[in-house]
Amino acid sequence: MRFFEYEAREIVKRAGIPVTDYGFTTDAAEAKTIAERIGGPTVIKSQVLTGGRMKAGGVKFADTPDEAQAHAADILKLEINGHEPRGVLVDPKADVKQEYYMGVVWDGAAKKPLMLFSDMGGIDIEQVAEEHPDHVGRGHFSTLHPFSDFMAKQVIADAGVTGKALQRCTPILARLAQLFLDNDMILAEINPIAELQDGSFVALDAHMEMENEGMGRQKALIKALGIGAEEGTRETYVPSAFEEAVHAVDAADHRGVIQGKDNGFDGNIGLIIGAGGGSLTLTDAVRQQGGKPANYSEIGGNPSVAKACGLAKAVLQKDGVEKIAVMMSIVSNTRVDIVARGVIKACLELGKDPAETIAIFRIPGAWEDEGFKILDKYGIEYCDRSVSLWEAAGRAVEKIQGAAA
Amino acid sequence: MRKDAIFIGIEVKDEFTSDPALGAKLNEVCPVNIYKGTAEGVDIVEENIDECVLCGLCYDASPDDAVSVLKLYSGGEPLR
Amino acid sequence: MSILINKDTTFIIQGITGREAINLTRECLDYGSKIVGGVTPGRKGREVHGVPVFDTIAQLVEHNGGVVPDGSVVTVPPAGTKDAVFEALYAGIKTIVIVTERIPRRDVAAMVELADLNGARIIGPNCLGLIVPGVAKMGGIGGPAKNAAQAYQPGNVGVMSRSGGMTTEISSTLTAAGLGVSTAVSIGGDAIIGSTYAELMPYFEADEQTQAIVIYTEPGGRMEAQLAAWVKENNSRLPIIAFMAGKFMDDDEMQGMSFGHAGTIVEGKEDSATEKIARLEEAGIPVVERIDEIPALVKQKIAERSAA
Repeated sequence: MRFFEYEAREIVKRAGIPVTDYGFTTDAAEAKTIAERIGGPTVIKSQVLTGGRMKAGGVKFADTPDEAQAHAADILKLEINGHEPRGVLVDPKADVKQEYYMGVVWDGAAKKPLMLFSDMGGIDIEQVAEEHPDHVGRGHFSTLHPFSDFMAKQVIADAGVTGKALQRCTPILARLAQLFLDNDMILAEINPIAELQDGSFVALDAHMEMENEGMGRQKALIKALGIGAEEGTRETYVPSAFEEAVHAVDAADHRGVIQGKDNGFDGNIGLIIGAGGGSLTLTDAVRQQGGKPANYSEIGGNPSVAKACGLAKAVLQKDGVEKIAVMMSIVSNTRVDIVARGVIKACLELGKDPAETIAIFRIPGAWEDEGFKILDKYGIEYCDRSVSLWEAAGRAVEKIQGAAA
Repeated sequence: MRKDAIFIGIEVKDEFTSDPALGAKLNEVCPVNIYKGTAEGVDIVEENIDECVLCGLCYDASPDDAVSVLKLYSGGEPLR
Repeated sequence: MSILINKDTTFIIQGITGREAINLTRECLDYGSKIVGGVTPGRKGREVHGVPVFDTIAQLVEHNGGVVPDGSVVTVPPAGTKDAVFEALYAGIKTIVIVTERIPRRDVAAMVELADLNGARIIGPNCLGLIVPGVAKMGGIGGPAKNAAQAYQPGNVGVMSRSGGMTTEISSTLTAAGLGVSTAVSIGGDAIIGSTYAELMPYFEADEQTQAIVIYTEPGGRMEAQLAAWVKENNSRLPIIAFMAGKFMDDDEMQGMSFGHAGTIVEGKEDSATEKIARLEEAGIPVVERIDEIPALVKQKIAERSAA
């Protein structure tokens, strides 16, 4: 789950990291009030879950409260990359002496969280790492052993930073590392952390992303930030009706896992496919043989009959989908008979003939004997493991697209 | 008592349907909650019947021939 | 020969009374694996297919005459997985297969770190375990014993796969071609896993039966780069052949979306299918387009190595 800047700043603040005296609002008149309270020049920043807001005109500087109000009114109306802003952040314009970068991410290869620090803040860290590797310090830390400030200090020192900046940034990076773990983050970034002319250090922007799998145990934080359950995991794109329907089916039953996606797909081949790897392989195979899938899906972890049925119904109810192809790599824990029951049940409940609707069923493996008995009874074309994923995908393309053309 | 869904049918012989101890036991062993133990005995939860995974644990937990799991897609053939 | 497990390996099932665990217990027993007990808190005294159930691993070990089992298959829900794995590690269990998916990374990292400190090895999470054809299987891999026998016959190819299903799909293809499998490991589809390709290579390298390796891979992560580096550094005797799924994710209209396993999230250019294929091929690891192209290429590579 991604957070807006105003939420990320609140998370940072709660961890004891200094932030400016900013205010968040959805109302231009209130932006003026906040600017009056701040006194002096301000920055008005659009609150959107997308990059490039500076370029798009979503960040503006104001010398007076009236100007702040005018900018806020403009920015609140400005759509960026298709995203409506959630509101604006009114921030005191900081008198910056030097900008630094600090961030924490997971390193899948080392299997540990990784701290990053650079004295070249305010720009993209990947660019800094590529062009000025000697200006980036890195250090892993343990998820088992206690964290200690020296670990953060080492990372900052490795970026070539010493003196007061080293001393002041050390506890801040240490707190960022701690909040990263405590809050199940997959990204915690302060860019920039700024040294002001008065010598103080303050976070001027923050970027946080929480692991979806960790949200269950982070309910207190999510609630404290005022984020309702209806916001889901805030995917990078707006989920389609199909995606929401499949998600609801999946959430209603803990047995097995199903996923469905149709953003970026606009064909007529309904795909009931799995598991993770099989779905990727089959989607490639369908497309490489000229097929146009109506959707992507995944069945895994031995879903219940109800769940397989729910997925098949959602696919069959998509516009333009008359037939489905039910295909998986050889299954071990997901059962052939259970999936067969689910997809047939979906056809029956929608008043469709399973033999007509299911163009091909290629799921060999666990409980295939029982599964094949079920498929025989309903007259559905199926194949066993002697037909490869590639061949099965080819048959699906031929039967469905051939028929539609 | 006999209840049929689309793919699976469940039969509990009438002489066992009023045995609360059996009901409780079936309730405990069935991984997909097809059986419900009640004060009166055994009940069958219709919406769960097609979820049957053919594990046979209900047979193991019951006296001889008390329960049958029937594969309706295979001519009503019993699991055992 | 085999890697990680053999005919004498004893193991337990944590979370044995769950729907999936009941199944895989039956399957492993039928396949000839030695399951010496199961654990589900509060279910002490029950049996699952003749396997005694305990509340704790300590009780199980005591019942077992003080003998610590070699391995554990962990199938408990995500919120309890870390604790279950810690229990196994503190008991001295050295080979742990984690089946559970959707475990937060913080927990996975902690489990892996503790396993490293204890000299233990974790396979998974989000995996189906491993199988030594005709000898033993640990986890749901291959499904029921008779289905497992269809896909897995003894042979000389080691298989590692980020996808559980594709482990069996590839092995079945190798078996049908008469090559067979030495050991197949479903390594798991998450962003952080206990054992990567490169970390399992030394085991295969030491296994005389293994003459070639096939890997299944996906976009996301740096595991292929790690394998490519390992191959270059260690001058491996084993030819490796890779299959890459998810090429469609490179298309423009798919940008910003995630598919497949949690680990397939493409976070940078290096994570893409195109980049990975280039990196693998540069390390002398051919990447095939289709699964059914694998057996012929494996035969060719083995012949090339034995001629050299």
